[in-house]
Amino acid sequence: MVELRTPRLEARGLEKRFGPTIAVAGVDFSLASGEVRALIGENGAGKTTLLQLLSGVHVPDRGKIELDGELYAPASPGDSRTRGVVMVHQELALAPHLTVAENLFLGMEVTRFGVLRRDEMRDRSRRALAELEQDEISPLTRVARLSLAQQQIVEIARALVHEARVLILDEPTSSLSRPDVEKLFRLIDRLKQRDLAIIYVSHFLEEVRERADSFTVLRDGRSVGEGSIEEASSREIVKLMVGREIREMFPRSKRIPGDVVLEVSELTGPGVPRSASFELRRSEVLGIAGLMGAGRTEMIRAIFGLRPVLRGTVRVGMLTSLALPGVRLAQGVGLLSEDRREEGLAASLSVAQNLTLSYLEGLGPLQLLQPRRLDRVTEEWIAKLDIQCRGPRQRVSELSGGNQQKVALARLLYHDLDVLLLDEPTRGVDVSSKVAIYRLIDELAAERGKAVLLVSSYLPELLGMADRIAVMSRGRLAAARPVAALDEERLMEACTC
Amino acid sequence: MLKVNDGARKGKSGRREHKAWLSVLGPVLGLVLVYAFFALVGPESFLSVRTVETIARQTAIVGTAALGMTLVIISGGIDLSVGSVVAMSSVIVALVLEGGQGPITAVIAASLAGALCGLVNGTLITRLKVAPFIVTLGMLLLVRGVAKGLGREQKVDAPMTWLVELLSSIPPDRRWMIVPPGVWLLLGLALLFSAILRYTRLGAHIVSVGSNEKTARLCGVAVERVKVYVYILSGTFAGLTGVLQFSRLTVGDPTVAVGLELDVIAAVVIGGGSLSGGEGTVLGTILGAFIMTVIRAGTSQMGLPNWVQEIVTGTIIVVTVAIDRWRHRRLQSN
Repeated sequence: MVELRTPRLEARGLEKRFGPTIAVAGVDFSLASGEVRALIGENGAGKTTLLQLLSGVHVPDRGKIELDGELYAPASPGDSRTRGVVMVHQELALAPHLTVAENLFLGMEVTRFGVLRRDEMRDRSRRALAELEQDEISPLTRVARLSLAQQQIVEIARALVHEARVLILDEPTSSLSRPDVEKLFRLIDRLKQRDLAIIYVSHFLEEVRERADSFTVLRDGRSVGEGSIEEASSREIVKLMVGREIREMFPRSKRIPGDVVLEVSELTGPGVPRSASFELRRSEVLGIAGLMGAGRTEMIRAIFGLRPVLRGTVRVGMLTSLALPGVRLAQGVGLLSEDRREEGLAASLSVAQNLTLSYLEGLGPLQLLQPRRLDRVTEEWIAKLDIQCRGPRQRVSELSGGNQQKVALARLLYHDLDVLLLDEPTRGVDVSSKVAIYRLIDELAAERGKAVLLVSSYLPELLGMADRIAVMSRGRLAAARPVAALDEERLMEACTC
Repeated sequence: MLKVNDGARKGKSGRREHKAWLSVLGPVLGLVLVYAFFALVGPESFLSVRTVETIARQTAIVGTAALGMTLVIISGGIDLSVGSVVAMSSVIVALVLEGGQGPITAVIAASLAGALCGLVNGTLITRLKVAPFIVTLGMLLLVRGVAKGLGREQKVDAPMTWLVELLSSIPPDRRWMIVPPGVWLLLGLALLFSAILRYTRLGAHIVSVGSNEKTARLCGVAVERVKVYVYILSGTFAGLTGVLQFSRLTVGDPTVAVGLELDVIAAVVIGGGSLSGGEGTVLGTILGAFIMTVIRAGTSQMGLPNWVQEIVTGTIIVVTVAIDRWRHRRLQSN
C-alpha cells in the first residue's frame, strides 16, 4: 500500500567521494509521504554521508534527488531546511543559551520591518509543541534547562513549525531511556498521520522493526537491499548488513594465555559503562565489540583513569586501585586513543617528541634529555615498525594516517608496557598498514606475552584477531566468549539488541 | 608503491623545512630591518653607543619578564599580571632596603613575592578551571592594588646599594663590561631557559601541554602541575624584572610598568611564539624584545610625540598576532 503513493523523496545513483575514499558509491531509495523508512548499515557503511547529502552539508558528485517530483539539490543545510527537509542530529544542534522559541526559529526568524515578531514566534512554537503533546515545554524556557529527551523534541518540533515535508532522525534513541523511547515512538506516529515522510537511521534492529514501515540497507556505500519490514526477518537484514567477503589477512600464532594481569569488575561510570567486568590474561587478545556509543571507549578510558568512575574496581597485577594515567603507565598499562588527531598524537610535535613523551627515562645523564639520544631511540622504532618518515625530527602531522598510528603504537612499545588497551587501532589506516598492525598485535601477544584489549567496530578484525570477544551493548558488557563459537551474524545480533 | 609515496612526501617536507629555517631567521631579519630603518630615517644619535646601551637596558626589563612569558605561552596560557607584579616587586625591593636589609635579601623577597603571585595564578587556573586570561586579568588589578598599598600610593625611596648599578649606565672605568650587568643577567638566564626547554623533562612536558593537552594527559604528564610551575616561573621572573626596574629608576614605583605585559607578550609572539601554544623559542623571544625596544627608542629619538609611538606599537602588536593566526591556519590546513 505504501508503494502505491507517489514518492515524496527519491534518490537515484547518488555518489560521493572524499579524496581517494568513496563514501557513497551508488545509493537508490525512495520515500513516500506518511512512510517511515529505516536506513540501516554498519559503522562506515555510508549512512552519515548519505544524510549529509540529503541535508545539504555535502553536494553529491553524481546522481540526483527529487523532492515531490522537483529537482532537489540543496547547497547548504539552510537551503535544505527552506525546502522542507529537517534533520535531527544525533548530537543535538541547539543553542543552549537561547529559548525554545528562539531555537525553533533560529535562522528563519519572523520579522516585520526588520523587527523580530516574538509574539508570533512564541505562539507558533506553542502550537507546534501542543500538537506533539508536549505542553510542559514552554517556548520561553532556555534550552539548557531541558532534559536531553526534551531537547530532542524541540528539534523535532522544528519540523512542525516550518511545515517540513521530510524529517530525518539520526540515531534518535541512542541517548534516550526506554520511557523516552516510547514517547518518541508515539510522536513519530503523530507525525506520520500528518503525512510527513520520515527517514529513521538506527543501529537497533528491534527498534526498526517496531516503528519503521520499510528499510534500505547500506553496505560499503551502496544500497544493497530494501523492502517492507514485515516481510523481512532480522536474520535476513543482518546478512545484508555484513555480507561481504573478508579480504584482510589476520595472522594468528599460537598463543598460550598466562596469568590474569587486568581484572575489571562491575565498573560503572557516570552514564556509560553501566556495568563492565572482565579478565585479561598475558598472551591474550580480548576483543570488545559493540556499536558506536555503546560505551566501549568510555570503559577503557575509565580503566586508564581518563574518565571518572562511580563504582567498581580495576585490578592491575596485584594492585587494586583507581588511578590517573601517570600511575597506570607506571603499572604497565597503556592506552591507544581512538582519536589520533585530537588526542593520540600532538600534531605539531616531532616523531621523536611524540614517541618519547610518556617515558622520558634514560635519554641522557642526570635525567636530562639529549636530543641526539632521543633521535637514536626513535630511529630504532622507525626501523622496527617500518614507519615511513623523513626522520625522528619530522612533524608527526606530515605523516600518513597509517604511519601516524604506528608512531602512536610505537610509544606504547617503547614504554614497554604489559597491558595494551587499543581503541580502534586500525581506524583511518590504509590496508597495508592495517596488515602490519595486525602482525604486530599478534607478535606482541604470542611472543612477548603482552595482554591486549582490542576495541573495534570492525567485526572481521575482531573475529580475526581476538581469542575471546565480549559484546558491549547500551553500556553493559556481556561475558566474553571464545571466538570459535562466534561469527559475524551472531556478533551483530548481540550488538544490536 | 610505498617508495613513490615516500618520495612525494619528501618533496613536500623539504619545502616545509625551508620554511622552518626561515621562521628562525624571521625575528633576526625583523630586528635588522627595524634597526636599519631607524638608522636611516632617525637622527644620527640613534647610532651612538649611548642609544645602543639604552636599548639594551630597556630590553633587559622586557626580556627578563618575557622569558617567563615564553614558557607560559608555549604551554598554551597567558599571563597578564606581569606589569603589576613588576611594579609590586620594585616597591618590595625599596621597602626591604629601606628597612635596613641587604640587597640580596631584597632580591630574594622580590622573587618570592613574584613566585607567590604565579602560584596564585596557577592554582586558580588549574583548580577553578577559569581561563588564564581572566585569572591573570584579575591579578593584574589585584597586584597593582597591593603595590599601591605597600607603597602608600607613592614612590618609595631607598638607600643606595649595588642593586642600582645593575641597569645604570656603566662608568668609564668598567667599559670592558660593554653593557650593564643586568643585560648580562638576561643573556645568562636566556641560556638557562633555553636549556630547560630543550634538555629537561619539564621543558618537554611544557611543550606537550601547549601542543596538545589531551595527548600530554594520555602520556601521563601531570598537566595541572606543569601549568602551576609555569606560572610560578613567570611570576618569579616578573619579580626579578621588578629588581631591574628598581635599578633603572632607583626608587620603588607602584605605578610603573603599566601595560608592560603587552610589550612582553608582543615580544614572545614576534619571536615566533604561538598564542595557541606549543610553539616558541627563547632566542626568538629575546630578539622580539629587542625589536620592541628598538621601535620604542627609535620613535622617541625621532622626536615623535608619545601618541604616535603608541599607535606604532599597537599596530605592530596587531600585525604580529595576525601573522600568528595566519601561520596557524596554514599549519592546520596542512
